[in-house]
Amino acid sequence: MLQIDTWKRVLILLVCLAGLVLALPNAFYTRVEQSNDARAAIELGNDTPQIQAEAGAWPEWMPSSLVNLGLDLRGGAHLLAEVQVGDVYASRMDAMWPDIRDALRGERAAIGTIRRQPSDPQEIRVRISQPEGMSRAQQVLRDLARPIQTLTGAGATDIEVTAQGDEILVQLSEAEKRATDDRTVRQALEIVRRRIDEVGTREPTIQRQGADRILIQVPGIGSASELKEIIGTTAQLTFNPVVSRGTDPDARTGVGEKLIPAIDEENVFYTLEAAPVVTGEELVDAQPSFDQNGRPAVTFRFNTSGARKFGDYTRDNIGAPFAIVLDDEVISAPVIQSHIPGGSGIITGNFTIEESTNLAVLLRAGALPAGLEFLEERTIGPELGQDSIDAGKVATIVAFAAVLVFMALSYGLFGLFANLALILNIALIFGLLSTIGATLTLPGIAGIVLTVGMAVDANVLVFERIREELKTAKGPSRAIELGYEKALSAILDANITTFITAVILFALGSGPVRGFAITLGLGIVTSVFTAIFVTRLMIITWYERRRPKTIEV
Amino acid sequence: MRLKLVPRDTSFDFFGHWKLWLGISAALMVLAFGSFLLQGLNYGIDFRGGTTIRTESAQPVDVGAYRDAIAPLELGDVTITEVFDPTFGPDQNVAMIRIQAQDGEEAVTAEIIENVEAALQAAVPDIKFVSVESVGPKVSGELIKTAVIAVALAIGAVLVYIWLRFEWQFALGAVAALVHDVILTIGVFSELQIKFDLAIIAALLTIVGYSLNDTVVVFDRVRENLRKYKKISLKDVLNLSINETLSRTVMTSVTTLLALISLYVLGGDVIRGFVFAMIWGVIVGTYSSVFVASTILLWLGVKRDWSKPSNTAGNQFANIDA
Repeated sequence: MLQIDTWKRVLILLVCLAGLVLALPNAFYTRVEQSNDARAAIELGNDTPQIQAEAGAWPEWMPSSLVNLGLDLRGGAHLLAEVQVGDVYASRMDAMWPDIRDALRGERAAIGTIRRQPSDPQEIRVRISQPEGMSRAQQVLRDLARPIQTLTGAGATDIEVTAQGDEILVQLSEAEKRATDDRTVRQALEIVRRRIDEVGTREPTIQRQGADRILIQVPGIGSASELKEIIGTTAQLTFNPVVSRGTDPDARTGVGEKLIPAIDEENVFYTLEAAPVVTGEELVDAQPSFDQNGRPAVTFRFNTSGARKFGDYTRDNIGAPFAIVLDDEVISAPVIQSHIPGGSGIITGNFTIEESTNLAVLLRAGALPAGLEFLEERTIGPELGQDSIDAGKVATIVAFAAVLVFMALSYGLFGLFANLALILNIALIFGLLSTIGATLTLPGIAGIVLTVGMAVDANVLVFERIREELKTAKGPSRAIELGYEKALSAILDANITTFITAVILFALGSGPVRGFAITLGLGIVTSVFTAIFVTRLMIITWYERRRPKTIEV
Repeated sequence: MRLKLVPRDTSFDFFGHWKLWLGISAALMVLAFGSFLLQGLNYGIDFRGGTTIRTESAQPVDVGAYRDAIAPLELGDVTITEVFDPTFGPDQNVAMIRIQAQDGEEAVTAEIIENVEAALQAAVPDIKFVSVESVGPKVSGELIKTAVIAVALAIGAVLVYIWLRFEWQFALGAVAALVHDVILTIGVFSELQIKFDLAIIAALLTIVGYSLNDTVVVFDRVRENLRKYKKISLKDVLNLSINETLSRTVMTSVTTLLALISLYVLGGDVIRGFVFAMIWGVIVGTYSSVFVASTILLWLGVKRDWSKPSNTAGNQFANIDA
């Protein structure tokens, strides 16, 4: 007969209570948000009485997760950038040209004179005057190739050498191109993230999309072009001679010198010559590695002109320190150990492995590795977002009220039960949304409104069924039981099919559409829960207390 | 006193003129398709590429002046429409400006947007650009592809699910109803030239979900009644099932419509097209679950011996206890 185990009752009540508590912060959105921001500021050591007061505005023991508002509600900028991965092939080939030239010149006896032919910048074409030596030339160049690690197996090298008549064509191999693309996009992502973090806006989204795209969403920023300016600026990396090192932030500097703080040591300032020896624009690569003593270090490589400048400088200044400066902070100031002629060098210091890895990332991240092309950009002004929130709020409240009244008129007491469940349902949706940190968008609000309409469906199915069963069944208790039992398969089938579409929307959609899928999907879950557990609990509890002889649904 | 939209016991004959209803649906689908072929959809920038700028100003919108300001830039097809909405304040005059994707441009060109903004600023000093959205043709092509895939996948997944839970005739009936709903919705959008963008795809998929919801509830009852009444003709079983679930069908449609209509009126112009699609979908979906899905089921026939519940016949959920 009509029974629910006590532990199940407790569980159902606990779930409802948890939903309400988790949803609560959203009712005081601005206050909780300010309090969260203030706490984050305190964490960063920014502690003033005013910030303390803001932090205290929301009690610490309360949950403080909020529903993220999407760009269309908060305002902000959205960019979809495509990394021009091909740019990197060209610079790689350029950097490789001196090696190729030197290698071929060494074989002059066999292949004659060489001449580089004009070609696509992503490849190198060399004509040799003695085509009979072609196989020798190819052999020499293949020896330059370095093996690369791939998932598909060993044997792959980074370049491909092919002969076309009296010309040799050198280009990056497919495997190397793929590996390079991946590296390029990850670097670009890292740089974009660093750039945006530096500006310190709230909760930016920076994601890789597909093979070569980056999605950037920054709430609260004025416009997409502003955002493009931020991420378009390359980090300024320079190598400067060090004049002196000190701890005085106001130290006097001579003409053509500047005072720059160290990035990782407090109260250390370097006086540097303002004119850099080399800049990061001439850096081709940087990798974490180890020095001859096995200590973590970073190796780096310059392009041709950078290599010459760097080689000359190191030859003349052995024993003197020089500073690696990134955006007006000294990353490190190693002492030049020896003449570094080949354009590649090693930075040693008191690094941990982690630090050397980071430094390599920073060095590489200095400049965007390839150009960005913007495929999509959207700016939503904060006023429009606020208008949408206001309109959405009013619409949701009216929709809600209309449905509540309609249900009460149609089903009387049972309608009131359904209404209570509906209110809980909304609370559960918001509770879940805040807990998983989902983003609420304008279509998302529509999803909630649709859920309001559809959430009653499960209850309607049950109530209609109880009505039917009342005509034939033995009594109210049996009718209620049968009503739930028989309506269940329809409720589940109907909701599972809708849920399938929500999942597909989530998987394929982006931005606002995805927001809609989330609220729709969560709404289905919570509405099934409230219909088959919560209203049932209410009805059974009511029935146990009253024991009515007849019921009217 | 209870509100009753549907009398307690009904016995409408839904299949008396089933050929007529199916004919009407078919004719409407042909019309919708024709409109789609002849007129095409009014694609938003999501699918066509280009730029939309939403402006706001205290001055009344003078479309001619806006057009004159932009004309010297020679940007090809520029559409300027004034937007009206009951939620706007008295000083809120809103216009939408749409600029086509420029020839030969894969990506978005920032200069064009800046030039347009500067030109408008000169014409209307207090103008504000509350939203600027730009989509390059490369992305828009992909968005169309994903959208079509999404709708096809949703319909396919549903076909499989219903086939597993019911019988293939049910699945065909349900999917016919879905295709009917989707085509009619696209037809309305092409006929009324309402902007068709990504959000409308979301709406389409929701319509798929909703219409299905309705169809499945009717089918669930059909399945039950087929087990209960082995001697009654299929037509009568279908009629009985639809009549038994009629009250629920109407109740759910009305509550959903109540919610959607309030969103349509009060939710602002940004999502109005989206909500319109859903309202239309709820109406069409309710109609189609009776007059398309069930009719096709009647037409295809269905196996009558449901006495031995096979593992595909679904009451494996039926014993869940609260």
